[in-house]
Amino acid sequence: MNDRPDYFTLIGQALGDRLELRDGAAPNELYLSLKPEALSSLPDIVALLTRSLGARFTTLVANDERALNGGFFLYYVFSAPAGDLFLILQVPVDPRHMEVPSVTPVLEAANWFERELKDWFGIIAFPNIYRLAVHPDWPEDVHHMLKDFRSDSAVPRVPGTFDFKRVEGEGVFEIPVGPVHAGIIEPGHFRFSVAGEPIINLDVQLFYTHKGTEKLAEGMDPRRAVFLAERISGDSSFAHALAFCRCIERLSGLEIPKRAEVVRTIVLELERLYNHIGDMGAILLDVGYSVGAASAFELKERFLSLNETLTGSRLLRSVAAVGGVRRDPEDAVPKRQALREAVVTGREGLERLYDLIMSTSSVLDRLETTGRLSRTDAFRLGITGMAARASGIDRDFRRDHPHCAYSRVRFQVAQQKEGDVLARLKVRVDEARESFSILEQLLQQHLGEALIAPVSPVPPGRCALGYVEGWRGEIVHWAMTGPGGELFRWKITDPSFHNWRALPVAVRNNIVPDFPVINKSFNLSYSGNDR
Amino acid sequence: MLKNFRQWGKVVTGSFPDKPGERPEGFRGKPVIDFPRCTACDRCAEACPTHAITVTSETAENRKDAEGRPQESGGRIVSIDYGSCIFCGECEAACPDTIHLTRELQPAVSDRKSLITRARYRSTGSGSWEFVEIVADAASDRQSIEEIGARVKARALELFGRSLHIREVDAGSCNGCEIEITALNNPVYDIERFGIHFVASPRHADMLLVTGPVTRNMEIALRQSLEATPTPRMVVAAGACAIGGGIFGKSYASCGGVDKVIPVDVYIPGCPPHPEALLQGILTAMDRFPSRR
Repeated sequence: MNDRPDYFTLIGQALGDRLELRDGAAPNELYLSLKPEALSSLPDIVALLTRSLGARFTTLVANDERALNGGFFLYYVFSAPAGDLFLILQVPVDPRHMEVPSVTPVLEAANWFERELKDWFGIIAFPNIYRLAVHPDWPEDVHHMLKDFRSDSAVPRVPGTFDFKRVEGEGVFEIPVGPVHAGIIEPGHFRFSVAGEPIINLDVQLFYTHKGTEKLAEGMDPRRAVFLAERISGDSSFAHALAFCRCIERLSGLEIPKRAEVVRTIVLELERLYNHIGDMGAILLDVGYSVGAASAFELKERFLSLNETLTGSRLLRSVAAVGGVRRDPEDAVPKRQALREAVVTGREGLERLYDLIMSTSSVLDRLETTGRLSRTDAFRLGITGMAARASGIDRDFRRDHPHCAYSRVRFQVAQQKEGDVLARLKVRVDEARESFSILEQLLQQHLGEALIAPVSPVPPGRCALGYVEGWRGEIVHWAMTGPGGELFRWKITDPSFHNWRALPVAVRNNIVPDFPVINKSFNLSYSGNDR
Repeated sequence: MLKNFRQWGKVVTGSFPDKPGERPEGFRGKPVIDFPRCTACDRCAEACPTHAITVTSETAENRKDAEGRPQESGGRIVSIDYGSCIFCGECEAACPDTIHLTRELQPAVSDRKSLITRARYRSTGSGSWEFVEIVADAASDRQSIEEIGARVKARALELFGRSLHIREVDAGSCNGCEIEITALNNPVYDIERFGIHFVASPRHADMLLVTGPVTRNMEIALRQSLEATPTPRMVVAAGACAIGGGIFGKSYASCGGVDKVIPVDVYIPGCPPHPEALLQGILTAMDRFPSRR
């Protein structure tokens, strides 16, 4: 790309004494390898990248490479502010010390990533040592992501209790909620500290749904791991599977047929539509507006049923494949008609629903100014995707890191400034409108062409990022292959892992009865977070 | 399909269970093996991501050695377990001549074994295998749906005074099952017309509807949920993960299925189960409640 600043020279000149620069397997990855003697300057370098350069933190990957080169490596992944480039800061960790300086003081967004690092790998980002990703009954010295831990090990439970933040004072009490919730939703524990109705503090304990997905994938044939990727977070089945497939394709340098890129874009937008519409219903249900909710759920059901007609699966499963797609949603005339029809009637249904909401003052009263997340907080916490766009952060991987067929369609990135529940609802509506427009632009393009690239062996010992903009936000995977082309390491980052941190900030000073609707307005994935 | 895109103001509720819904062309339903054509090689078993299909050597009880240990009979067993199946279609892709994904849903059962179809093969002596017989057959679709459709209303009335209260417990699912369970409440499936309600606490529930492979971190909460549920009660395991761990199996983080932790009355296959399969499974469970006298 011509408008890409020359980061290689830029960073090379500024930090050449501490970093070695090299290109990654995929064309838009630049690896910055930190020299071991410069480890103590890690926070300064991160501050330079994020504050001076304006790069945005995307994920942190740890990798046990002791069998390959005798050590551990951390990969801090940043999205460059212009020119579709990822900067990947590679940091060596000495296995005798298992410690790096924490970057949280300069980059709050990395906080949870560092805590997971300690729980899963035993690598301490000093002094950020608080437990996050394992429960209190998990032994202190067992780290399941180390290569010498077998996934079928039986790990004993040890005594321990959750350590929640306590708020003390006259009239302050705690409300424990979960892990089994009142609605049909995933498990997690919320601990509210309240004085009367207003929430003073919320602590969230997650990882109830941790299934060891990243560990299970180690040694697996990447083509088989696609099915695991579809089950990271059911509501983003396709987006996660696609992000993973793109990892493998990018590290193999595989060319994807044009038709497959179109199908992928269509299916991603179908996934966005059913979720955005369903969330509108869930928000309405949580403010007690049953008529609107029923309408939204009926509309969502139409799209689930459309998915079934087009792909054979209501959740768009078994469509993604390494090298392309397995199914074409437009391979028969009735399917093409159904899709065309759905764009027309779906758009009508959406507008009718939106008019209904905007003309019902009792609903608006509950949504406006509720659960506000300021732009400053959203930026500081590294909030991504739809929730970030509702707080005035202009960011969308579909535009900033074009993938699939997004560079060939016109669309607007939705923007709201208020950061309240209503803003998140409006962003959904605007994005659903754009989805209809994207679908319209893509219908019947490159029909009849190949759906999948010919099978070729996955090259050994390579790594690459795979990313898509799912309906919730940026889904970023990083995979590395082992000597036989099998998976050596697979890191999954669901946008929920960034965005869960927004919830305690957004609910503060709101009343307890508004918590459900604030929670729903983010609609975060527990399973995607816990993996 | 187009019929579903009706205008607002009209009835959108489906006609299940009187008339099961039609699944579209290309639906990823129950894979069926044409056993007489199958040569008991193991391409499909190799391709299956959840080991739902297995090809194993047969051990026959009647062939024992001097110490009474069972000996290999020389036969082979091809087995497909719809409880573990995630309906991905890899088996069909591996062996398109013999395996076909049908448009049928595998119905729920109360006996775990009724989700398995097995066939026996014998060696032809020249390194190939020949079909002998079907030794076990999984419950099939149409018969049970119609049967249950006729009985459900009467049973619901008899048992609960027209109502059944369900507490949904997510024991670590990917939230795919939750999407489909939530869909039961939408106007199209409208589960409340059967007198079935989802309630907020196990203390109000007659039935626990459990999803997910039961993660280590949900095991205790699941046991406690069962303890909090008054008797008589039912436990329904929904989805491949809940039935046997699904793609996650058993590991340091997963117990490998609900029945490894608490007793299960009914199993609903699918990944996730279609809303109609869920309805059918819940109705099957209602049929298993002891009569209230």
